Amino acid sequence: MENTHSDRPQLLQMINITKTFPGERALDSVSFDLYSREIHALVGENGAGKSTLMKILGGVYPQYRGEIRIRGELQHFRNVHHAVRTGVTIVFQELSLVQQLSVGENIFLGRVPNRFGILHWDELYSESGAFLKALGLDLNPRAKVAGLGAAQQQLIEIAKALSQKPSILVLDEPTAALTEAETATLFAILRKLRSQEIGIIYISHRLEEVFDISDRITVLRDGRTAGTEYTRKLNQDQVIARMVGRQISQIYPKSERKPGETILEIRGLCAEDDAGTPVLEDVSFSLRRGEVLGIAGLMGAGRTELLMAIFGAWPGRISGEILIENRRVTITCPADAIACGMGFVTEDRKGSGLVLDQTVLSNMTLVALKEVSGRFITHQLREIAATEPLVAKLRIKAASRFTIADTLSGGTQQKLVLAKWLLSNPRILFLDEPTRGVDIGAKQEIYGIINDLAHSGMAVALVSSELPEILALSDRILVMREGRLTGEFAREQATPEAVMACATGQALPV
Amino acid sequence: MRLGKRYRYDSKAIDGMSTTNQIADLALKPGQSTRKTRQWFSAATTRAYTMVLALAAVWIIFTIITQGVFLEPRNLSNLIRQTAVTGVLSVGMVMVIVAGQIDLSVGSLVGLSGMVAVLVQTELHWGLIASLLTAITVGLIIGALQGWLTAYIQIPSFIVTLGGLLAWRGVAKGISGGNTYPVEIRAFKALGQSYLSPATGIVLGSIAIATITWSVLRSNAARKRHGFEAWGGANLAVRISVPAALIFIFIAVLNSYAGFPIPVLIFLTIALAGAFVMGNTPFGRYLYSIGGNSEAARLSGINLRTHITATFCILGALSGVAGIIYTARVGSAGPDAGTLLELDAIAACVIAGASLKGGSGTVFGACLGALFMTSLDNGMSLKNVPDFIQDIVKGAILVSAVGLDVTRRRGN
Repeated sequence: MENTHSDRPQLLQMINITKTFPGERALDSVSFDLYSREIHALVGENGAGKSTLMKILGGVYPQYRGEIRIRGELQHFRNVHHAVRTGVTIVFQELSLVQQLSVGENIFLGRVPNRFGILHWDELYSESGAFLKALGLDLNPRAKVAGLGAAQQQLIEIAKALSQKPSILVLDEPTAALTEAETATLFAILRKLRSQEIGIIYISHRLEEVFDISDRITVLRDGRTAGTEYTRKLNQDQVIARMVGRQISQIYPKSERKPGETILEIRGLCAEDDAGTPVLEDVSFSLRRGEVLGIAGLMGAGRTELLMAIFGAWPGRISGEILIENRRVTITCPADAIACGMGFVTEDRKGSGLVLDQTVLSNMTLVALKEVSGRFITHQLREIAATEPLVAKLRIKAASRFTIADTLSGGTQQKLVLAKWLLSNPRILFLDEPTRGVDIGAKQEIYGIINDLAHSGMAVALVSSELPEILALSDRILVMREGRLTGEFAREQATPEAVMACATGQALPV
Repeated sequence: MRLGKRYRYDSKAIDGMSTTNQIADLALKPGQSTRKTRQWFSAATTRAYTMVLALAAVWIIFTIITQGVFLEPRNLSNLIRQTAVTGVLSVGMVMVIVAGQIDLSVGSLVGLSGMVAVLVQTELHWGLIASLLTAITVGLIIGALQGWLTAYIQIPSFIVTLGGLLAWRGVAKGISGGNTYPVEIRAFKALGQSYLSPATGIVLGSIAIATITWSVLRSNAARKRHGFEAWGGANLAVRISVPAALIFIFIAVLNSYAGFPIPVLIFLTIALAGAFVMGNTPFGRYLYSIGGNSEAARLSGINLRTHITATFCILGALSGVAGIIYTARVGSAGPDAGTLLELDAIAACVIAGASLKGGSGTVFGACLGALFMTSLDNGMSLKNVPDFIQDIVKGAILVSAVGLDVTRRRGN
């Protein structure tokens, strides 16, 4: 479909949107527009401001400067409900389905068909069933969401959004958990929608998909617009150059490393969740001193579970052997792992990394408190003295060591989690999505830190959903799919295509 | 954030701790005060000041409506003795609340441990020490049981201790057959009713002042040793003289009536120990972390189960102590002793800013809260306010105090 917009009115105009958070300017007069019957892709690095812009559009952040016009009419959304009523629906990256309810109930959540408060179950299921069918989704509306995979849940999220009959649909990384076949299903739905009176904003890291599906592309960089252009007039390299503002090679540190002897070896690791479903099956690998081992895979491939299981933090059943320096160790809780010299920078810094209402200092000393402060009695001055070099080394930018962690920017929080673990002097460090949601500057610093740590002999296992990051930082790359290791690549052999083929289970096109 | 500029770290990085980067924006230099620092300190201390102000307001009101009777040494001595039981419980309760748990059973435990202490005297003719130890052990074992059910079996503490509230009261009624037993040992009664001689009070006060002076000077020396700016003369003088003056007034007031009450001595000792544990030990720090974010604490290698069980043990043992003081003060153990004390203890913590979500609250605050709640009881009783109105007033003040705090925080 050829889009020339001059003859049609704009569906959405966002004009000079500026948004500041404590300590950082997330958006700096960003303008964005959307026509109906258009798919407009929004791309940019993590922390570039895509999500913030969409959260303003969706009424999540009611405080901002600038104008939002929908069909020319000035709007200021006070909350999500207000935005939805006006026709703006956002499918966020984080799944928000109620796990205990059925597919149908989730789709009609809050709008369940009823008479005088009494539910009409038949109506609910027949309507939602018809709706799913119309979208080309083969899903049972009576199935419980909890039993479905991440991919199906993602599609239900989209179905739920569409059932609200939006005129503007925002999809934030909708394909993060999808295989190629599922992505194709989604794209078929999106193309069908495009022929109707709807405008779609599509956010993705995967540029191939963006070029496949979008009509126009807007690039955000560090909270500013780095251009809007028709997709057919662009190529991927141009988009990447706009996203990063410089050559990729400058972001990642160059390094020549010689990994040393094996320090950690995993043999036949299996894990089950509480329900007895296997989440890891027969995983074996080794990690060497001074090595960065990348672990790639799609969302839900079992990467986080793998790190959790080794670290003694997995709540379900585990079997297999863990060897450190060729000696078998038993790790039943995180304290055991820490005693073995491991550290674990977890994926979700707010949920499992930091105690948000405590100070920078308390958070930094959480792991190594007894070592740096005192076994039985704490000494604040000792803690300050012990953390000072790390604060400088990692460039932790906080007004004071007594600043509350919650008020810091994402990048600083991430460094704080890193500092917490480095203070305990680990020999083996697990990093789970260490750059998620941090700005590009902090990202670059974190890359530098990882590189230096490996240089100093630390063994690093790096889980990341950003393939370029894994490819650039790792000495060796493992690929996981559905709880199994499906590939291993040396740095030189790893290409994005080969790694993705292992991650999705699809053969390489020959 | 400057882009495009390549940033290089010292490759000997972390282990070497050699700082090659002198970073201008690193505003973490000793003694430097920034806007954010002040903000935080005010946020944390505002609540304590509010509590002191609220307490002062209540005292002024009661002094006026009782024509000064409230502030007489005799009444103040009474007031502080009444605070002892709730205060001892609040010290343990605030630890449990900071860890994100709750204990509803302490009132029943006070009744049961007091009853056991008296029964072993009357029925088994045990001595003072044995009966004291028995009461504390009963509390400790029950605390351990409830902590184990909460932390290991993972029954919510609200349910475990709600069950305890009923069950331990039932046990107290059962072993007493519903009767009230008088305390037999005079020394036991003294723990709730006696006073130290004025001279002893003065000695105690002097020791306290000396200890404060010593510890302030010591931490100043530590600051110098760690390369921080030492406190100036004026700062030092304030840090020593203000607490010293308060102690002096406190002792003088108590001595002008009958002397320093022994139950208050027990309470203050426990409060100081509790404040030290919460503020100056890894155990206390871990409790704040567990309550603030249990998942982060767990993944940082902190054993949630042992810590949570330990806090319940501490509160259980303190309930035993409170049971002793309560029984000794009343002079007898009744089947209904200590009823509803758990609510006073929880109210004391919460009114001083502890969050039931866990992660916040201080022993100092809880003690002020206990004094505040007891002041309400004491003042209203002086004016012969009917019981039911006392309850309504206390309930209303509790809810509005927390309501004000919640709305103010949301405003920020």
